[in-house]
Amino acid sequence: MLISNMEIMPGKKVLKHLGLVQGSSVRAKHAGKDIMAGFKNMFGGELKAYTELLHESREEATERMIQQAEVNGANAILNVRYSTSSIAAGAAEIYVYGTAVVLDSTE
Amino acid sequence: MEQIIITLVLISLGYFFGRHAEKRHYKSIIQREQTMNALPAIASRIPPSDGYYQQTLVSGNVVIANDYFKTFAAGLRNLFGGKVSSYESLLDRGRREALLRMKKEAQDLNAQLVFNVKYETASISKGNNNKMPMIEVLAYGTALNKI
Repeated sequence: MLISNMEIMPGKKVLKHLGLVQGSSVRAKHAGKDIMAGFKNMFGGELKAYTELLHESREEATERMIQQAEVNGANAILNVRYSTSSIAAGAAEIYVYGTAVVLDSTE
Repeated sequence: MEQIIITLVLISLGYFFGRHAEKRHYKSIIQREQTMNALPAIASRIPPSDGYYQQTLVSGNVVIANDYFKTFAAGLRNLFGGKVSSYESLLDRGRREALLRMKKEAQDLNAQLVFNVKYETASISKGNNNKMPMIEVLAYGTALNKI
């Protein structure tokens, strides 16, 4: 499965558009990490635990998007966009969407 | 009285440690930016038309927080309005760090270019009653490998 955030593939033809595919994931941090982050808040700087959490969350959302594209019979997802929103205190939603297409696989 | 003392201690701790951490972070950002200059990241949507490229989505993210002193200073600034420089440096550091992490991922793939770079910024501490600002910055783009 090819994933790209560009709209066109140079040298390859799009044979079929299969429409929008999407994946999302909502994650909250556990209390221990929250307390550690509270300490970090005094001194400023990077919050590694949250960076990792959101990274994992994004990977999961992408995985769900890929699954949906596979069910539709696509072999590539173009024009992928990420979006993040904070929906409640301590929880963030990661949303990823793109266009599923069938690309000409012969060179 | 006790409350005031605790707040003052937190502010001074935040001032000294936060300042030191920011200086160190900027130093490392500038140093890594110089080594990463060989790999350009471009915001253009149109890919280069010479030859065939292999495309891979690359991304880099960072969650970064302000120190207690800067949050306090920003609170004061809110009364009078104007440029909130303590948040400006926070966002600047976050963006540059995220871009560097994205470039690192592209470099590990031996890419020559990163195309269509997009930024995404989100405040993840919304609704938190202690009002401590935490922001997440994500930079993503398409890494191109010449075949």
